[in-house]
Amino acid sequence: MSITITVFPGKDKANLRENFQSITFISGESVSIVGPTGSGKTAFINDIELLAQGDTVTGRTVMINGQYPSDEYRHNPAVKPIVMINQNTKCFTDLTVEEFILTHARARKKESPKITGLTIEMANLFTGEKISREMRVTSLSGGQTRALMIADAITVGAAPIILLDEVENAGIFKHKVIEVIKNTDKIIIFVTHDPVIALLTDKRIVMKNGAVKKVINQSKKELWAARALIDLDQKMGVIREELRRGSVISEEILGIVGLEAGVVTSAEVV
Amino acid sequence: MRLLIIAGPPSSGKTALAKQIIKNLSEVLKIAFLKIDVVKAFEDEELKREFNIETMKVYSGDLCPDHAEVMVLGDAVLWAESLKSDLLMVESAGLCLRCSPYLNQGLGVVVLDAISGIHAPAKMGPMVSLADIAVVTKIDLVSQAEREVFRQKIFEINPDIRMFETNALYGTSLQLLYRKILMSDPIDPETLELKGVPPIGTCTICVGRKEIGWQHHFGIVKKLDQCSEYLYRGE
Repeated sequence: MSITITVFPGKDKANLRENFQSITFISGESVSIVGPTGSGKTAFINDIELLAQGDTVTGRTVMINGQYPSDEYRHNPAVKPIVMINQNTKCFTDLTVEEFILTHARARKKESPKITGLTIEMANLFTGEKISREMRVTSLSGGQTRALMIADAITVGAAPIILLDEVENAGIFKHKVIEVIKNTDKIIIFVTHDPVIALLTDKRIVMKNGAVKKVINQSKKELWAARALIDLDQKMGVIREELRRGSVISEEILGIVGLEAGVVTSAEVV
Repeated sequence: MRLLIIAGPPSSGKTALAKQIIKNLSEVLKIAFLKIDVVKAFEDEELKREFNIETMKVYSGDLCPDHAEVMVLGDAVLWAESLKSDLLMVESAGLCLRCSPYLNQGLGVVVLDAISGIHAPAKMGPMVSLADIAVVTKIDLVSQAEREVFRQKIFEINPDIRMFETNALYGTSLQLLYRKILMSDPIDPETLELKGVPPIGTCTICVGRKEIGWQHHFGIVKKLDQCSEYLYRGE
């Protein structure tokens, strides 16, 4: 089922009207929201998540499939077509992982006997620290919480629109996440500071002072830059995991990532 | 005149919600506001200053604040009517959670904050189960999934409740709530009564005795090993 989301302008932090007519996202499209801290990136996806009707901080209005959403659509998670992963890496819900998933499945009317296993299995693809069903949600680490929330959004949320707020910042395997959710016909919107994610998306929205400043379509050159960066990023990832594991970087590890050991002068050592 | 009673634990966002309601409805409705608290409250002065509406407060002191509400609400209705108000808003202190301050007319709103713990709705008893509307605040502090889990827990206590989730500091997504208040039925002061059954209020602790242990009291007296269930359960 194809879906569209259309965002109409609101006001920036100086109370000036945003300078665009409307922005529409369609099924299968990936979008990144970029801009400095405090520029309004999170507020932008919050508006989409809440299907804002001029009643949020920004004053924006959001249409779905060319129509104003019904109250049921806005307020009932069982019919809401949007899932969002926000920046919170803490969960206050004093339930076990299994109870959390099952209660959420009841709220979204997605109950099935396999849902817990499926969700945990997926979450464990995204994090190096294994999650099990009897763990308490309150005691999960930041990375585990993020991994669980993303997996839950995909299995329990199972919505055609997925919003991810700085998915890269909790030390999870972001490439795995992107691999799992791309190539679907979902609308995927990333708020991100990560150049690889920003370059890989079809559309890039640049925010400034609470307003949309530019909408940029991905070009061939950018795709080329993305390829080069992915390569670098993977090397960075290998070294990051080695460091997290307690390794000392050896000639061998440098060889794996295709780097050569050079000479470091004492002035360069912090 | 319409009536809106706002209940909820301390610091859940009752006043922040009241402010949003006043901000959005005071152009179409003349609003009178009553705050009931135990020893200290500033909401009335704050709201009067900010919105220039009629406000009053009452301190219950050593009396239970819900008991105090029942005592003064008749007068409050007369007061608000004498001002030709279209809406009387009452903000309760919301402490012991045994009572619910809602009446058989008007709207009863319970305010819960999204980080108050997943078992809070169940622990809050009639304050949740007898409310017409639940407003969940501080939703910006939790994930969407956690918010939906919390929502589900409230529905499991009160399946008929209308629920609104908001960041009450900004009043996000509350338009439908304002509409509900605007369209609520006028009250008939002659037939106003409490929705829930108030707890029994006559034991020796209620009348001020301070001794510890059942030997020193009469009325409802049970030993610890006899109260695996409720110490006392009314109707």
